[in-house]
Amino acid sequence: MRKILPPLILGLLLLGGWEAAVDVLAIPTYLLPGPIVIARTLVSDWQTLAESWWITMSIALAALAAAVVLGVALSVLFSASKWVERSFFPYAVILQVTPIVAIAPLIIVWVNDTSLSLLICAWIVAFFPILSNTTLGLNSADRNLVDLFKLYRARWWQRMAFLKLPSAMPYFLAGLKISGGLSLIGAVVAEFVAGTGGQASGLAYRILESGYQLKIPRMFAALALISLSGILLFLALSLLSHLCLRRWHESEIREEN
Amino acid sequence: MPRSIVSCRDVSKRFANGTLALDGATLDVEERQFLSLLGPSGCGKSTLLRLIAGLAQPSTGTITWNGGHDGLSFVFQEPTLMPWATALDNVVLPLRLAGAARAEREAQAAAALADVGLAGFEKSYPRELSGGMKMRVSIARALVTRPTLLLMDEPFAALDEITRFKLNNDLLELWQRDRFTAVFVTHSVFESVFLSQRIAVMTSRPGRVQSEIVVDAPYPRDAGYRTSPLYNEHCRSVSAALEKSMAHA
Ligand SMILES: Nc1ncnc2c1ncn2[C@@H]1O[C@H](COP(=O)(O)OP(=O)(O)O)[C@@H](O)[C@H]1O
Ligand SMILES: [Mg+2]
Repeated sequence: MRKILPPLILGLLLLGGWEAAVDVLAIPTYLLPGPIVIARTLVSDWQTLAESWWITMSIALAALAAAVVLGVALSVLFSASKWVERSFFPYAVILQVTPIVAIAPLIIVWVNDTSLSLLICAWIVAFFPILSNTTLGLNSADRNLVDLFKLYRARWWQRMAFLKLPSAMPYFLAGLKISGGLSLIGAVVAEFVAGTGGQASGLAYRILESGYQLKIPRMFAALALISLSGILLFLALSLLSHLCLRRWHESEIREEN
Repeated sequence: MPRSIVSCRDVSKRFANGTLALDGATLDVEERQFLSLLGPSGCGKSTLLRLIAGLAQPSTGTITWNGGHDGLSFVFQEPTLMPWATALDNVVLPLRLAGAARAEREAQAAAALADVGLAGFEKSYPRELSGGMKMRVSIARALVTRPTLLLMDEPFAALDEITRFKLNNDLLELWQRDRFTAVFVTHSVFESVFLSQRIAVMTSRPGRVQSEIVVDAPYPRDAGYRTSPLYNEHCRSVSAALEKSMAHA
């Protein structure tokens, strides 16, 4: 409670200030709508917005899932062979440092299916933190435990399953928290670039569309939904991390005084 | 004549960075004996123990395991437990790696935990245990496989004296019961005299076994032994041997 209350109070104060400023200065809604107008729009346009929200979310979540599967699989491969790691890692870095807005148009041109191309863009953005964190984690097993496994003649898969993967868990979860937000950003950015219209369009397209039509409150409502989703994703992944680590990891240990 | 189960002949170890840790160490580990390796910090005790365990290879010299390389257990200076696993799962590990059936390995691990006085702590995680208790789990893990040779690298060095005394007593009790061969690395004269039948005293780096002392005192050894004149006498002679070996280097 003491952790939630201060940011909550601050948030309400800021929203109140915003609403008051918009009222007192009589700012027209096409420039800056107040929070109440935005909330009303959120309710009145819920049908369209919710549909778009789900489209964006499903792309982000699918990209995150793909990032987890491929990121972990590739790190396990890296840890199996230094040679593979040395060959592949530079390209993973290149993928990471290339701005997604720059390659998204190419991907959209190359891949015929729009959802798939959006998914690929979001995946590229979400993939790297999981790969690099898990790779680091797999190499961070306690040296003496590694020796112990050697002493007991553990097989490769036993060392992976019982030592390396559990050691990598906190690193992986930290990467996952970063990737969760990035997958959403990746999905939204790719939608912006794709600018696809019609029925099945994500929140980014709703923002573009509202801009063209000067429906600024709706633009803000879509924006609010994106932020809320990001926050929810982060909270969900933090909870997951807490549940996985609470019994044993230093980061989860609370001082008992 | 006792059988030597590991013999090190003129063993040297130079690390990749050029440090010469051991230079011509010769040592026999005799079957069922409690042997201590005593020497100042940094003299190569851990290095020699790792060579005996087969965790590293000597640069020159030979190490032979008469009767094979199996049945070996190792206790590190730190408890070296898996923090994500309960005490029981930590102790189960060696059996699990060997492919033992679940019910059997859990029963054996629970028995090993009880042997070190930790019955009832099966479900505890390492961070919920004290330093001494963690070390007990580590010992239980080493003994659960019924090793023929138990290698210990200053296992109690980080513990307070009261806990250390208690663990010394309990370790001796287990040794008397199971009669494994023990190699115990320590830098404490008192600990080595209390525990062992034979003490190999090492020189400062580069390490070598300078002298061997037989501690001729009967077991069981208990608090009474710690205060006996015999104990004092052994401590004095081992201290003298240690000083001499350090002066030689
Ligand atoms: N992996 C290593 N690489 C380089 N030097 C090492 C390594 N391990 C130990 N040493 C050095 O070898 C010497 C002996 O170390 P060690 O066997 O750990 O001594 P002890 O256990 O008697 O305190 C020390 O000077 C130490 O710094
Ligand atoms: Mg040492």
